[in-house]
Amino acid sequence: MNVTVCVKRVPDTEARIRVDASGLAVDPAGLKYDVSPYDAFALEAALRLREASGSGEVRLLTFGDSSAQETLRKGLAMGADSAVLLTGEASLDGLATAKVLAAELSASDSQLFLFGVKAADHDQQQVGPMVAVLTDRPCVTGVSSFEVAAGKAVCQREVEGGSEVVEVDLPAVLCMTKGPNEPRLAALKGIMAAKRKPLEEKPATAVSSRVRLTTLTEPPARAAGRIVGEGPDAVSELVRLLREEANAL
Amino acid sequence: MADVLAFAELRDGQLGATAREAVGVAATIAESLGGRAHALVLGSPGVSEGANALGTVGAASIRVGEHEALGEYNPEGFVDLVVAHIRAGDYAAVVFGATTLGKDLAPRVAALLDVPLATDVTAVSVDGGTLSITRPVFSGKAFATLQLDATPAIVSIRPNVFQPADRPTEAEVTSFTPDIDPSKWRVRVVGRKAATEGQLDVSEASIIVSGGRGMKDPSNWNLLEGLRSAMGSGTALGASRAVVDAGWRPHGEQVGQTGKTVAPKLYVAVGISGAIQHLAGMRTAKTIVAINRDADAPIFGVADYGIVGDLFEVVPRLTEEIARLKAGD
Ligand SMILES: Cc1cc2nc3c(=O)[nH]c(=O)nc-3n(C[C@H](O)[C@H](O)[C@H](O)COP(=O)(O)OP(=O)(O)OC[C@H]3O[C@@H](n4cnc5c(N)ncnc54)[C@H](O)[C@@H]3O)c2cc1C
Ligand SMILES: Nc1ncnc2c1ncn2[C@@H]1O[C@H](COP(=O)(O)O)[C@@H](O)[C@H]1O
Repeated sequence: MNVTVCVKRVPDTEARIRVDASGLAVDPAGLKYDVSPYDAFALEAALRLREASGSGEVRLLTFGDSSAQETLRKGLAMGADSAVLLTGEASLDGLATAKVLAAELSASDSQLFLFGVKAADHDQQQVGPMVAVLTDRPCVTGVSSFEVAAGKAVCQREVEGGSEVVEVDLPAVLCMTKGPNEPRLAALKGIMAAKRKPLEEKPATAVSSRVRLTTLTEPPARAAGRIVGEGPDAVSELVRLLREEANAL
Repeated sequence: MADVLAFAELRDGQLGATAREAVGVAATIAESLGGRAHALVLGSPGVSEGANALGTVGAASIRVGEHEALGEYNPEGFVDLVVAHIRAGDYAAVVFGATTLGKDLAPRVAALLDVPLATDVTAVSVDGGTLSITRPVFSGKAFATLQLDATPAIVSIRPNVFQPADRPTEAEVTSFTPDIDPSKWRVRVVGRKAATEGQLDVSEASIIVSGGRGMKDPSNWNLLEGLRSAMGSGTALGASRAVVDAGWRPHGEQVGQTGKTVAPKLYVAVGISGAIQHLAGMRTAKTIVAINRDADAPIFGVADYGIVGDLFEVVPRLTEEIARLKAGD
């Protein structure tokens, strides 16, 4: 069974985000990039599915500028079989991104399209379900793990205060959250092999953004807190402050 | 076209805080546009009974779809009804809660209506008739203010951020029985379980007692359980990723970049170093307390109050004093 994993190149989660002089963009100086964390969980799930069944391809798809090649090579090094880069500029309009991805995916024979629940740049949490609508596939969000059998995927889904078991007919779209299996690191052998795997680059279909960014700001710094004291003797003062100053109890 | 629709979500069959917050935001936007707020509720037969309560936060009309098959959320059952309802009206904006349900439903609705969506919104304003929204990006390391160039503009609002104002309104409640055929649904919920019976989810708690690797062993969580019960109802247990990955705590408790984003009134971080990915999930808590034996731990950089010390000495004392305080209240 073939699986396509949509991955996005985003600033590393350690990154310090600074707004540039225009007030509309992130200052790229010193930023390191990586595969968005939930997309890495989705890729890990896809690789395990292929390993368990012993057949099928794991394909990567991304929409971004050509620097996203690096992200795809990393995914190929982890074990994906092929990758497609749709070149263009992803905006803050998640529906525009979904249209670009759906245009490529609508002819796909992948039984599963896997997404992260959210990309760690704009935290939009929308592209997966939107692609599902645009490709007329059923979709389950918040999936931590799943199994495939008899034309269905059976998913563990996280909800407030618990979990659900959700069954979905294939072909389907699953939006993955952190699962039980840590994404694997690419071994040297994988990195070498990735250089020879197919990575196709082609222009994305043109879709205009209907979301206009008017300002980007850094959050106000949290006022410096204070160390109330050391050890258990500081507890009484802490409780007093929580009660009288912070009104938190 | 100055009216605004709120999708009023049910939790365990009840219209709760999420529904009221969505109606409150819809009313705020509608007021600025010179229109009225309306609510849509989908649930099992009988939910229309308490629905007029949404009038107190500003809903002028409340439409309730009642059907056995709508008792639990299913995207395939809900999305077409919501879209049909929006199409039948004339709305400048539609407001959802950014809950598990809202995050699943709103993008589908937006895609079907072919309009953009802003999720997890923390502020709304209307200038010159245009809706402007603010939302966190990069896990709260920045805030983006956006304008949505389409009608209706669709937004989902972050829970616990918008306190609905009192807007006593004579709400007109009407119900209908939608035509639904669950046998056609391609998505089916076949099982449900609560994480720990009767315990609150971190995303909904007003106080969170959160433990990290400094707890040393899962069996030591009895200390945090003790503190949680001393704090009283509304308190949930949270965890760092390190202890979730170690299998000490369930993933549902994880706070941070790859866990939940929380904004409680009080967050107590016990034996948590304060890695940037952990801070991403809790830095907007109103008050943060840190207990850590390392005075240089980064958690002290965001904590309002810190105690440097051994958690195995500090937590029992804290539990004792809180319990005494609560008993005296
Ligand atoms: C892509 C990515 C996503 C991530 N997502 C998350 C996330 O969602 N949430 C998250 O939490 N992390 C996340 N992390 C992991 C994060 O980087 C840290 O590794 C993790 O938060 C550390 O957990 P900790 O604070 O419990 O452990 P540690 O960093 O080991 O800290 C333990 C702390 O306990 C203190 N301590 C030890 N003994 C005592 C004692 N007796 N009394 C008092 N204090 C004591 C120590 O001084 C130390 O500060 C992510 C990492 C990556 C790369
Ligand atoms: N530009 C993109 N290219 C490929 N996949 C994307 C892109 N943007 C978003 N996605 C996918 O959609 C998921 C959700 O993204 P978002 O809705 O932006 O939070 C991500 O985790 C990816 O799987």
